[in-house]
Amino acid sequence: MFSKRLNQIENHISQMAAKPSTFQEVPRAPPDVIFNLTATYKADTFEKKVNLGVGAYRDDNGKPWVLPVVKKAEREIINDPELDHEYLPITGLVSFKEASIKLILGADNPAIKEKRVVAAQTISGTGANHLGALFLSRFYRKGSIVYVSNPTWANHKPIFNNVGFETRDYAYYDPKTIGLDIGGMLDSLENAPEGSIILLHACAHNPTGVDPTQEQWKAIADVMEKKNHFPFFDCAYQGFASGDLDRDAWAVRYFVERGFELLVCQSYAKNFGLYGQRAGCLTFVLRDSETALKVDSQLAKLQRAEISNPPAHGARIVSLVLNDSALFDEWVENLKTMSFRIQEMRRRLYVNLVELETPGTWNHITDQIGMFSFTGLKPHQVKVIKEKYHVYLTDNGRISMAGLSSKNVEYFAKAVDDVVRNHP
Amino acid sequence: MLSSRFSCCARLIRDKKNLTVFSTLPFRAFMTSWAHIPLGPPDAILGITDAFKKDIHPKKMNLGVGAYRDDDGKPYVLNAVRKAEQRIIQDKLDKEYLSITGLPSFTKEAALLAYGKDSEPLQEGLLAITQSISGTGALRVGGVFLNRFYPYHKKIYFPTPTWGNHGAIFRDSGFEIAQYRYFDKSTNGLDFEGFMEDIRSAPKNSIFLLHACAHNPTGVDPTPQQWDQISEVIKERGHLPFFDMAYQGFASGDINRDAYAVRKFVSDGHRIALSQSFAKNMGMYGERVGAFSLITESVKEKAAVDSQLKLVIRPMYSNPPMNGARIVSYVLSDSELHKEWLGEVKIMADRIKLMRKKLKHHLVEDFESKLPWNHITDQIGMFCFTGLKPEQVERLTHDYHVYLTKDGRISISGISSKNVKYLAEAIHQVTK
Repeated sequence: MFSKRLNQIENHISQMAAKPSTFQEVPRAPPDVIFNLTATYKADTFEKKVNLGVGAYRDDNGKPWVLPVVKKAEREIINDPELDHEYLPITGLVSFKEASIKLILGADNPAIKEKRVVAAQTISGTGANHLGALFLSRFYRKGSIVYVSNPTWANHKPIFNNVGFETRDYAYYDPKTIGLDIGGMLDSLENAPEGSIILLHACAHNPTGVDPTQEQWKAIADVMEKKNHFPFFDCAYQGFASGDLDRDAWAVRYFVERGFELLVCQSYAKNFGLYGQRAGCLTFVLRDSETALKVDSQLAKLQRAEISNPPAHGARIVSLVLNDSALFDEWVENLKTMSFRIQEMRRRLYVNLVELETPGTWNHITDQIGMFSFTGLKPHQVKVIKEKYHVYLTDNGRISMAGLSSKNVEYFAKAVDDVVRNHP
Repeated sequence: MLSSRFSCCARLIRDKKNLTVFSTLPFRAFMTSWAHIPLGPPDAILGITDAFKKDIHPKKMNLGVGAYRDDDGKPYVLNAVRKAEQRIIQDKLDKEYLSITGLPSFTKEAALLAYGKDSEPLQEGLLAITQSISGTGALRVGGVFLNRFYPYHKKIYFPTPTWGNHGAIFRDSGFEIAQYRYFDKSTNGLDFEGFMEDIRSAPKNSIFLLHACAHNPTGVDPTPQQWDQISEVIKERGHLPFFDMAYQGFASGDINRDAYAVRKFVSDGHRIALSQSFAKNMGMYGERVGAFSLITESVKEKAAVDSQLKLVIRPMYSNPPMNGARIVSYVLSDSELHKEWLGEVKIMADRIKLMRKKLKHHLVEDFESKLPWNHITDQIGMFCFTGLKPEQVERLTHDYHVYLTKDGRISISGISSKNVKYLAEAIHQVTK
């Protein structure tokens, strides 16, 4: 009987082994472009290598910088004997959400008083984009198209496509001027079907660093109002772009003032340096409080089926800092440190290129804003820079200014000079 | 000009009757219409805690959500966890993005914990694994992946009953939901025959969701011998076993015993899918620590599956939160902390067992309830399916301020030595 059982088991195992795999048809997907860039950089042993790929802030020594105010907040949290790790509510930490809403809209925004703003804590900016897109895919008019800037962050289209939206481009970047093609943008918005969803970068456009002026934002709002388009703001750099929180939120607040219903995705990855802690918020401005409550309940339902409730740690840090006036002021100073270093790198790169008399005009480097700069370099030039100089950037010529430091900016300028002259 | 807009706005809000036009700014007709959005109901499980919080009765009890409480009714932060947290601060780690599939040292430890170090697929590098947003996230990522790549019918079989959120997760992932018999109301135990019949009668190559241990909500688990038989029949039918393991260590107090089903299925040759949660056994709840894994056939297939898992995750949330994963990784990889952790898990499991014993004792001995209550001590894990009917549940809440889900499920961890007798009396009163 024992050997019979053994035979049975043997048969079963060999049956299992002989059976073709259920997943043998799964295709190998290409690696994520940006993360792959960093992986390749890490594996590179060249001494003077520079990583201008992923948009994570670095100090002047090329090291990640944990904000001093964040360290302070974290110590306070960890040493609190009352600290526990209990579940947050489905849509997140209330004090975090309230502070986030005030941060983006301004503490005395009438929409807040009118109780027509709701928010959900999300897994950083990506999570907010996803939840916003998912909500719209369920409750916005079916068949609506999502328009994104050409170009935009590499993950935007997958986010919308994944929840069933068709995505189309609106004109945005003008390679000839290395600036905003406002005419083209307004045309695109005018020609889009009525009631389309328009993805707008609130400030510090990724990847170009080119932002509309206030006058241009007004013109954009005019067209969007006329065509009943829905504004989907992505705000990943508030405070990081100009160093001024209110200035960076101007476009969002202007649209609220104009009476639009809208949503805005907030990320604390860059402005708080919280990257891997995944702190973000999806804020919805509705026309009335009754609708706001309904939206809130549906956001909770969607979130429950995906993550149940969001991660606590990053949100606790943000909440502590935003809700304490001394810590808040310290944060503002830390923000200025980061944004000023970025601006300084822009200036030095520009100065270096001008001194080298590198062919072309380079003031776009100082005109552009935020962590990224669209250098204007072409893919074949990028290839040379990678291979010859071991400088890592994306094929579209985007550089993360945060990867530049006083130690490597000259080296990079020379590399640019070389490829522009010798590989036009 | 601005003030006139807002006075318009204020007028409309005060005068509700005129709120038929969906614009507060009458000079433009914004056509965004959200009128069709229904007000969503409160979450069946998490809504209980909300109701409990609002109650001011001194003897109120929260037996709703499954979060461990100590004998004072307080959340318990494990000592091993506290130590790991202090070390993380001392190590001055940065906050850089994790990779899409998370912290490698965490997923390595999570795999070892679930599968055991002697597991062949693990040793041969055939396990595709990703860090996830706790158990919910693991199920969701697994659901989306399987919906994309499972070549057979997109239908998943759940035990009757199952955790309230399973349906929403898999429906939203695009699956059709079916049921298999599981809980036997007449015995408050396992309907093993019904279970086996339903495995046999389901179309070949179906996906079966199995609770690895400490079934939620019933607390009724198959015995190891029953698991052996379940494994055989599932294999005969070519079904894919998708294990949900949210209570490893928490059920019996022994992490190896709780992983019996998972490990047996793997050694029987099943290429299982697994969702792991560290919410309960590490007390990581709000830090959202979990993992999804799938056993593949070859190293090449593992790489392909891994790459596709990344494509699922990147547009949902890019990469997972680091804090909890670091803590768990430290605890599991440090032999001192690991040992301490095992001891604390046992303490938690033992307290639960003690509360079960006391509850039954009070009901049977002190209140002389004539009803059968063996299931209280037969069932395992954080939850107990009391057998109370909805009307009785309502009375329990309304009259005794005891909060539990409509299906009669109680979270044993909400019981302490201070209130177990009160609970016994309340249950007796509504059932006698």
